[in-house]
Amino acid sequence: MKLTGAIILRTLLERQGIRILSGMPGGANLPLYDALHESHIQHVLARHEQGAGFIAQGQARATGRAAVCLATSGPGATNLLTAIADARLDSIPLVAITGQVPQALIGTDAFQEVDTYGLTVPITKHNFLVRSARELLEVIPLAFEIAESGRPGPVVVDVPKDVLQASIEVSSWPVPGKGQPTPPCADAQIDELARQLHAAARPVLYIGGGAANTRAAASLRQLSQREDLPSVCTLMGLGVMNADAPLHMGMLGMHGLKGTNVLLNEADFIFAIGARFDDRATGKLAEFCPSATIAHVDIDPSEIGKNKKAHLALIGDAADVAERLASRMETKRRPEWRDRALELKRQYPLHAPADEPLHPVNVIRALAASLPGDSIVTTDVGQHQMWVAQAYPFSEPRTLQTSGGLGTMGFGLPAAIGAALAAPGRRGLCVSGDGSILMNVQELATLAEWNLPVKTVIFNNANLGLVRQQQQLFYGGRYSASRLDKAPDFAALARAFGIPACRIDRDTEDPLAALREALSGDGPCVVDLQIHETTNVYPMVPPGAANHQTITEPAYA
Amino acid sequence: MILELHVRNHPGALSHITGLFARRAFNLDAIFCVPERERDQSVIFLQVVDEPRLPQVEKQLARLYDVLSIRQRPDLGCEFFANLAAAASPVSTA
Repeated sequence: MKLTGAIILRTLLERQGIRILSGMPGGANLPLYDALHESHIQHVLARHEQGAGFIAQGQARATGRAAVCLATSGPGATNLLTAIADARLDSIPLVAITGQVPQALIGTDAFQEVDTYGLTVPITKHNFLVRSARELLEVIPLAFEIAESGRPGPVVVDVPKDVLQASIEVSSWPVPGKGQPTPPCADAQIDELARQLHAAARPVLYIGGGAANTRAAASLRQLSQREDLPSVCTLMGLGVMNADAPLHMGMLGMHGLKGTNVLLNEADFIFAIGARFDDRATGKLAEFCPSATIAHVDIDPSEIGKNKKAHLALIGDAADVAERLASRMETKRRPEWRDRALELKRQYPLHAPADEPLHPVNVIRALAASLPGDSIVTTDVGQHQMWVAQAYPFSEPRTLQTSGGLGTMGFGLPAAIGAALAAPGRRGLCVSGDGSILMNVQELATLAEWNLPVKTVIFNNANLGLVRQQQQLFYGGRYSASRLDKAPDFAALARAFGIPACRIDRDTEDPLAALREALSGDGPCVVDLQIHETTNVYPMVPPGAANHQTITEPAYA
Repeated sequence: MILELHVRNHPGALSHITGLFARRAFNLDAIFCVPERERDQSVIFLQVVDEPRLPQVEKQLARLYDVLSIRQRPDLGCEFFANLAAAASPVSTA
């Protein structure tokens, strides 16, 4: 049977089990869109290719499986770059399929030609430029296998238009690509980790995004309880531990609670799992956990010793290591260390003024109280993101989606759309800011079209808040280009897209009740929430400083 | 130090490998690449600085999909590349 490259590509995606994909058509990928017209795959038309990339990320972050986005050549491909780079830094499996000008025109500066292959080399796990329709049969399954195997990541497949149009004989289909299991590490290494952890007097469990799955979470929770082992999470690891667990100390690092960073400073043993000793987590590296032995578990060998020397290194899947470790640990009580952790939590709570209902920390707690525990929360980037990380009581892995590594403003809304598409029946909350929301605001049209249960709450302080905060604290109060004057009326803007919206401010009678009311409906809604312009995220470790050099709320220090 | 890599031979492989040096801020002093087997693979020799970060360079190279194997070749002295260059340009331009 003779089939075109476009039909072959579509069929391969169907065989991969892809049900929903996002994208935007254009000249170079029109043959693929023509083939999709006849498919049971549902296509989500984003209003900007970056939106399509983050919708796919929202699907992938919710399920752990590779999701697909499409873009045409030239600007379509360049618009995807930010979402691809973002997936790379947060290890998200993504297959981005871009149109390319016909091969005869490659290198001629043709209309909408850009070197997508060259542009995506440094921001992908791997990338392909497909040179024939026949190659699609090998490349597409391989793209999914690479995206999902080991440490996940984005794969770009650049497909010239003539490859989509060529017809070839196809007699059999390849096996769909899927993640290949990582070889388990040796029993002796697990035994050694168990022995050292058991012998430690002041151990801390340091959890990153690599452990963000239910199997790893169950074992790590068990381990923490049985061993009196306090835990900290990176931004990407939040939800692996139950936020309410007595010995869970929340997020570490730049905006971690002071007690959390103090505890790490006193630790004699760090059990790092699926974490990469990123600068936002460690602060000044030389002074991070200065007296601790470091045991580092990671699926990626290049992470071992990249930033911090590991005394004991295990290469393997976090869930596998955690399960095997938990199965051989005996109960150990460390009453002094446990008391020290509890004392530090009591001594340095998160500041939440009771007389200020619209203080961001109070708002986030109110949001959490009115949503089920399995709701998926996405954020944009800035102060609101850190308040969510500090105050939202995540209790399940993969319930927080946030741009941790790249820190991309504009992530939250399209990611929430993708999460809602991938996890029907669960509630979605996008916490954004008045700066971030405008960076992909066009996706409100996509949200309205699909009528998904995504509630967007814009923390509006008329500033690029985290920039303003740093200018206040570290640049002598010289507020350069951080004030967002002439902000739109966000509620009116959302209604213009056909989405119900409201504004809540200090004059609103019972603002938290109004917030609960806004969250209660089944469809989307947007809340423009006016917060105080000068409220800062505390505590804060100045960039480049050690984590024990925490700045706390001035009135509260 | 000279590293010997065996890689998949296709038009993009070399840009993946050389690009890694620039974006990870490693130094690459010399490179020599020839096809091998049925031209479906290449062998690449890289002269790199023997610095504390060298193990990290090797790990980053090893995790590229196109890199099939990597090893150090301390037996090839630093004259390896100089000899190659001399052999390729026998005529003095002086």
